[in-house]
Amino acid sequence: MLRVEGLGKRLGDFVMEDVTFEVAEGEYFVLLGASGTGKTVLLETLTGMLAADSGKIFLGGREITRERIQRRGIGLVFQNQALFPHMTVRKNVAYGLSGRGLGRERIGRRVLELAEEMEIGALLGRLPGTLSGGEAQRVALARALATGPSCLLLDEPLSSLDTGARSRMRALLRKLNRKNMTVIHVTHDYEEAISLGTRMGIMEGGRVVQVDTPERIFMYPRSEFVARFTGIRNFFRGRIRRDGAAGGPGTSGAAGEPGEALFESGPMVFHVTTDLASGPGTAVIRSEDVTISALPPQTSARNVFEGTIIDICRNRLGTEIVIDAGRELAALVTPDSVERLGLAVGERVYASMKATAIQVLEE
Amino acid sequence: MNAGRTGTAHLVFMAFGGLVLLFIIAPLAGIFINLTPGDLVSTAREHEVSASIWLTLAASMGATALFAILAIPFAWILARREFRFKQLVNGIVDLPIVIPHSAAGIALIGVLSPDSFVGSAAERIGIRFVGGVAGIMAAMAFVSVPFLVNAARDGFAAVPVQLEKAALNLGASPLRVFLTISVPAARRSILSGLVLMWARGMSEFGAVIVIAYHPMITPVLLYERFGAFGLRYARPVTALFIAICLLFFFALRVMAGRRRDAQG
Repeated sequence: MLRVEGLGKRLGDFVMEDVTFEVAEGEYFVLLGASGTGKTVLLETLTGMLAADSGKIFLGGREITRERIQRRGIGLVFQNQALFPHMTVRKNVAYGLSGRGLGRERIGRRVLELAEEMEIGALLGRLPGTLSGGEAQRVALARALATGPSCLLLDEPLSSLDTGARSRMRALLRKLNRKNMTVIHVTHDYEEAISLGTRMGIMEGGRVVQVDTPERIFMYPRSEFVARFTGIRNFFRGRIRRDGAAGGPGTSGAAGEPGEALFESGPMVFHVTTDLASGPGTAVIRSEDVTISALPPQTSARNVFEGTIIDICRNRLGTEIVIDAGRELAALVTPDSVERLGLAVGERVYASMKATAIQVLEE
Repeated sequence: MNAGRTGTAHLVFMAFGGLVLLFIIAPLAGIFINLTPGDLVSTAREHEVSASIWLTLAASMGATALFAILAIPFAWILARREFRFKQLVNGIVDLPIVIPHSAAGIALIGVLSPDSFVGSAAERIGIRFVGGVAGIMAAMAFVSVPFLVNAARDGFAAVPVQLEKAALNLGASPLRVFLTISVPAARRSILSGLVLMWARGMSEFGAVIVIAYHPMITPVLLYERFGAFGLRYARPVTALFIAICLLFFFALRVMAGRRRDAQG
């Protein structure tokens, strides 16, 4: 669908170089990177707002590296939406449709379709200055979709939204992707990356340093940026269960308010605290939040797993103990405690963590 | 509001401000004080006076409209593009503000007189600069176009460049982006530039009198009446012209303000 080969751009002191990745049709591809790593430069080069110094861009097999902005067929939603302030929402959405020889009536119909899809029907007569962040973002999305782009680029689409608007937007983006829209989503927020991305690329220092599924990227990080979240060595896809039958007091409670629930991932069942409803999700546990003990621990932690140590390795932050407890579970301990507890590969140990240490993300 | 020393300082500043305002208002008020409404009406009825006022308003408006077509796109380039000698170009735009206007008139005659290339070419298609309305418009535009270029350039520079990029991304041509995004988004500055250019053109005397003593614009008429017949005779025309200038200026301000409110 979209293929980028050795793309490079120099802008003053900033250099983006040798960016190579491919996004398949219908994929939700997340580009994750800290600010200043060149995500926006990459987006602007893809859309043609900046001319590439080197490398090639292909869209659907056609090379578009030197194609003019207005002919690329790549939709872009800006971080600050960039809605035209002097036009109503209706005119904003219709902007890309006029000047294409479509009749007034067809444009009007298309605008209404998009308005319904993006839930902005009631806003069509308003001016952008009067919209909330979430509303403006949905209008920007409708406007970008109007021209029927073959691929949609989103620059930090959730970062300016409050929690409610954010989850509504996430749902919309997922719906859009399910209708086979190819999405490239740029963000600095790893939660967004995990909860939305089917594949992701990590940007660091003007390069794409790793491209893979979210699971593999967090399990085997190859970059500083992801390593900063080395806590997220533990990454489990599974299901949230909030029904009272799941056992234990307090597992009931309505979605939307924090409460106890169970999270099942294969043979492992975690006690978690979440405000999400029952359904598919991802649990992430920082390795420093996992405690290792040689004997069954007398602890208030709700989650205790017994397992065998399969690997011990030192890294920048300490010593990592990997145990097999039905699934691989990594814990970060000090080198000192390895000696004190006499930890060695093949030993049986107990790993424990608090329910609140487990972060559950919506699928 | 503040007590103590800052309070005293601010009081002194305000007193200075009062003096400056008085300096502007007193002469203008003085023109009107010794005048009866009857004087104004009879002056307005004089054909020579009303013709000159209409000519002044129309010539300045025409010059502003013609040069707007050239100056507004040019201002966009100055706001958006980086190129060599851009500072020099900006300096050239400001030149008419700093040179004496009679000197500007003399310089213009050099290129617009019938002996010159431009002047003779224009004469062949029936446009007369020296002693003609076209010359008046040229002189007015020469001294006033910097106000439009500068205001429009600052206006365009304040429009977020992402709006233009977003419009291009939606498939609009650069010309459509300019007309439907850049100009409307910068309209307040452009409008105030147009008003300034028009007002400045209307009040021009030095450059116009060199190129065209006749047909007579109002500033030249005032000068002639004052020189030939003295203050008493010049005063009613002066009052009338000032009143009309203020009226238009005020009306445009109100209009611009209203549109701003409507846009939210």
